Amino acid sequence: MQDLFLFTLMYAALASAWNIVGGYSGYISLGHAAFFGVGAYAIAIIFEHVSIGSGYRPFYVLPLVGIGVGLGSIPVAWVAYRTRAATFAIVTITLLFAAQQLAYNLHSLTGGSQGATIRTPNFSVADYNVPFYFAMLGILALSMLASWYVQGSKLGLTLLAIRDDEDRARGLGVRTTFAKLTSFAVSAGLVAMAGGAWAYYISFIYPQFAVDPLVTIGMVLMVYLGGRGTLWGPVLGAFILVPAQKYLAYRLGASDLYLVGYSCVFLVVILLLPRGILPSLSDRARRLRVRRQPRERIEEVVAS
Amino acid sequence: MTALLEVEQARKRFGGVVAVDDCSFTVEAGTITGLIGPNGSGKTTVFNLVTGYLPSDGGRFRFAGETIPRPEPTRLARRGLIRTFQQARVFPNLTVLENLALAAPHPRLGTLRPRISKAERERGEKLLAEFTLSAHAHSRAAELSFGQRKLLEFAATLMSRPRLLLLDEPAAGVNPLLIQTIERHIRRLHSEGLTFLVVEHDMPLVMRLCDPVIVLDRGAKIAEGSAAEMQRDPRVLDAYLGD
Repeated sequence: MQDLFLFTLMYAALASAWNIVGGYSGYISLGHAAFFGVGAYAIAIIFEHVSIGSGYRPFYVLPLVGIGVGLGSIPVAWVAYRTRAATFAIVTITLLFAAQQLAYNLHSLTGGSQGATIRTPNFSVADYNVPFYFAMLGILALSMLASWYVQGSKLGLTLLAIRDDEDRARGLGVRTTFAKLTSFAVSAGLVAMAGGAWAYYISFIYPQFAVDPLVTIGMVLMVYLGGRGTLWGPVLGAFILVPAQKYLAYRLGASDLYLVGYSCVFLVVILLLPRGILPSLSDRARRLRVRRQPRERIEEVVAS
Repeated sequence: MTALLEVEQARKRFGGVVAVDDCSFTVEAGTITGLIGPNGSGKTTVFNLVTGYLPSDGGRFRFAGETIPRPEPTRLARRGLIRTFQQARVFPNLTVLENLALAAPHPRLGTLRPRISKAERERGEKLLAEFTLSAHAHSRAAELSFGQRKLLEFAATLMSRPRLLLLDEPAAGVNPLLIQTIERHIRRLHSEGLTFLVVEHDMPLVMRLCDPVIVLDRGAKIAEGSAAEMQRDPRVLDAYLGD
């Protein structure tokens, strides 16, 4: 139960961060789990090779991991952004598998398939999870702050224009490449921070779980479910999907049937609310309002 | 008169088809230059080469006295060469005012400033008033009619303070009243010092508006002169009616 809340917060942070790229600019990156894994291994490696101490110390390193991974993602993103739409999704998913292969094969750094261990912190057993809650909550707050700031700025305007018609934006002199790279770096950095906190929490990481396609898919589904390009959509998506997934996994047992149930939840939502929950609801609210005051609107149009 | 845009021996082929074949022409500053030619003569391809939307297979491009080794839309636009599209491309999910604010140039580090600055709002509202779109300032551009979108696209190009405006069929699919409106705007902006290069099929409009007129056929310039001269030129008649 405690796990559930922590993972919900984590996925809310991941989805909010992914939304900055996938939601606003419309570039569907399926490679974000790679940055999650890099963040996780970064914390593990720092733990092993630099004595950062136990307790709360690793949390203080997280921002540095975020900045490092964010900057490091820029050249990678620059290459990936030579492509668009479906090709971009495929190029970024190869990034994920490349990161996973590196985790398997760079034995001296990652421990390969034997995994890497992080010493568990000496928090008291009774409220062992609390520091992690606050860490994840902090990362979620940071992601939402970034998302909110992007939304209200020229950067957000540029990203939305890219989603609508990138070529036209270029023709107007809009610096699309700069906007895409900036948003990608911010997004990747935040995802890496969540990965780092996750690694410290579970204290034992393996390549197949640290760089997991399901993590990527989770982020994307939550954003689409809640409403892409909105501030609260990804959070809402996470708060629905993570418990739903856990519930289905619990009810349907160890078989992978729960994944079928999971996709059914998603299909139903897509059929009923194709643009995601929040945009569909606000559309409906707007239509209601318009229906309620048709006369004023007509007069307005006539007057103009 | 000085040349604002010079195109020398531009070439472009798509597979076996030579779309633009050693095409050379000049747009003098302060003119409304027309670019006409039968369907498939390479007008839009020339536009795409000049603005960097398509890589050329050869040729030299000079804009405002500077050689452009490899045309690229963003950089050219920032230098003042802006184009419109045949299909009236606007950003459907942005509001009308945001469509304008987007086109206003801002420094790289200004990227974190608010979406629409005060100056942009004022300038945008003034432009919307000129283009009779004020009532729609806060609607999504997707809600506009085709004609209104054409006007919005036109207005947005002006936000970026161009020196040369390339209009790709400004009158296509637009009702006669709106053609007059667009014509009026072109004349007004021209009198304020803006240079135009216009691809257009509406011959009466080209006759009224453009001087000089460049005629393309099979990817090369075949004639250039005043609209009246072009109308009588046997080469031009041949291109439109011949073989």
